[in-house]
Amino acid sequence: MPKTWRSTAVIVAITLLTFVFVPYIYNNQFLLFNMMMYMALALGLNIIYGYTGYLPFGYVGFFGAGAYGGALAITFLHWSPYLAVIVGGGAAVLVGMILIPLFRLSGAYFSIANLAAAEALYYIVANPHLESITQGPYGISLPQVYDPNGAYWTMLFILLFALVLSGFIRGSRFGLALAAIRENPLSASMSGVNVVKLRSISWLLSALVAGLAGATFGWYISVFYPETVFGLGIGVFTIVFVLFGGIGTVLGPIVGTLILYGAYNYIGISTPQYFQLVYGLIIVLLVLFLPNGLVSLAKRRGIDVP
Amino acid sequence: MSLFEYAVLAGLFYGLYFALVGVGLNLIFGVMRIINLAHGDFLMLGAYGAFYIYHLLGWNPLWAIPIELVVFLGLGLPLYYLLVPRLQKSGDPEMLSFILFFGLSQVIEALAVFAFGNDQRSIPTSVFGGAPIHIAGQIYPSSWVVSAAVALIGIVLIYLYLYHTRAGRATRAIMTERSEAVVTGISVHRVSAVAFGIGIASAALAGIFSPFMFGAIEPSMGLGITVTSFVIIVIGSLGNPLGTVLGGILYGEALMLMQTFLTSWSEMFPYVLLILILLVKPSGLLGKAVRSA
Repeated sequence: MPKTWRSTAVIVAITLLTFVFVPYIYNNQFLLFNMMMYMALALGLNIIYGYTGYLPFGYVGFFGAGAYGGALAITFLHWSPYLAVIVGGGAAVLVGMILIPLFRLSGAYFSIANLAAAEALYYIVANPHLESITQGPYGISLPQVYDPNGAYWTMLFILLFALVLSGFIRGSRFGLALAAIRENPLSASMSGVNVVKLRSISWLLSALVAGLAGATFGWYISVFYPETVFGLGIGVFTIVFVLFGGIGTVLGPIVGTLILYGAYNYIGISTPQYFQLVYGLIIVLLVLFLPNGLVSLAKRRGIDVP
Repeated sequence: MSLFEYAVLAGLFYGLYFALVGVGLNLIFGVMRIINLAHGDFLMLGAYGAFYIYHLLGWNPLWAIPIELVVFLGLGLPLYYLLVPRLQKSGDPEMLSFILFFGLSQVIEALAVFAFGNDQRSIPTSVFGGAPIHIAGQIYPSSWVVSAAVALIGIVLIYLYLYHTRAGRATRAIMTERSEAVVTGISVHRVSAVAFGIGIASAALAGIFSPFMFGAIEPSMGLGITVTSFVIIVIGSLGNPLGTVLGGILYGEALMLMQTFLTSWSEMFPYVLLILILLVKPSGLLGKAVRSA
């Protein structure tokens, strides 16, 4: 068994214990729920950005697709919210499949096209002409399944799933092939790596995690509008958390989210008027002075990070 | 039929204006290979400049043109040396620039809220003379015609700079092959800094007319305009300043026709257009192939 898998098991255990027991001493459940959600999203984004180097600037599109997919399953099919979460994941994977042709683009073009795709999806969902299906701009309301505790445990399960998935990929031949694609797609394909297939798989896995998280988020808050679940801020937060922790690792996105999301909440509660300013400054300083994240500090000292 | 003709001519005015909106973003990408996600926020600052010149000093907003060109060129040069050389030393400047300039746009927006407040502002369209202008049997607000004319002049000046000056030739050399430009003895940072300044100043110039073209201005208008600018320059092809004019006009025409005949879908239209063009011709209509795997 690779060393990464053993370290991942340790991280999974610590995460599980933390989110099971912290609610007993800290009662802001919504904050803990969001913390888990951003950790899961960060791990999901890391599967495509960290492992293959493609930066999906419209990652939130999958999140929104999941939220709406789940909500539609509850509203029209009257399914249980647990099934609806899976439907949400499926909806995001479906959007991911539709977007696979975007991989014909490279670098900035891919990021921009993905951003445009997320915005297009938002305007489709929010279009007043589709009110009979998506409620258009008037938003979704799911009082019949309101159950914050159920959603909390579901999100914890999704987070653990994302952790196990990330750890497995990083320690496997699949992860090695993805790293080869990231460093040089041409050389990777000449060494027998099926670039298109592996990249698509990691893309869909990444979409799946965001879709599951989105559907669970929609279930937790149970009243939301298109701009709540398609806001570009969610995707950008996630990217910043991953960068801050360190891309391409299992621990980085978790630690990055824990510290930065914690700090954001602290500022957001104590001095909300400065939130945007501080948030922006942190991003600028981060890119300029710590572009490889916290993990690089440990790596520089010879410590191997899972 | 007259509705159609109206939309086509209005699309041309808007198209020329949109070309000016996009040209700075394109210049900066072409020269530095970085994405200035704060582009729309510089445009917003330019818009507030015109607003205060009109409302506090009572001057015609056209006076904002010389003032803002000087101010934003002066702002762009130090900003370049502060951000870009450091960014280019990192592993993946093209991707990281997205995030860096997103952060910058948040900082600008936050400071703008402190300075200008969150209210929507506007300038009366009558400042360029009240009478609407008759062209080809149709009637257009004079502010549209003035905006389009200034945009055209601005783009021609940028074209002349790039193709008929020494510094412009050096700029194009960096666009084509950065490493060889360095070897030839071009001082890349100085030329790039000027291009960065021009890029930001052109955004501010476009901002002066945004109260007339977009109706109202507010501190949070930046990101939407940045995305629109992307659509325009990608249609034309990234890095090619001439393509931006083509992209702007195509975009303006398509937008006006959509707004006239298919109103409720017109908001998502730019994004769909962007994706379609990228998929059919990933490098834009005038671009060369860039993809390697």
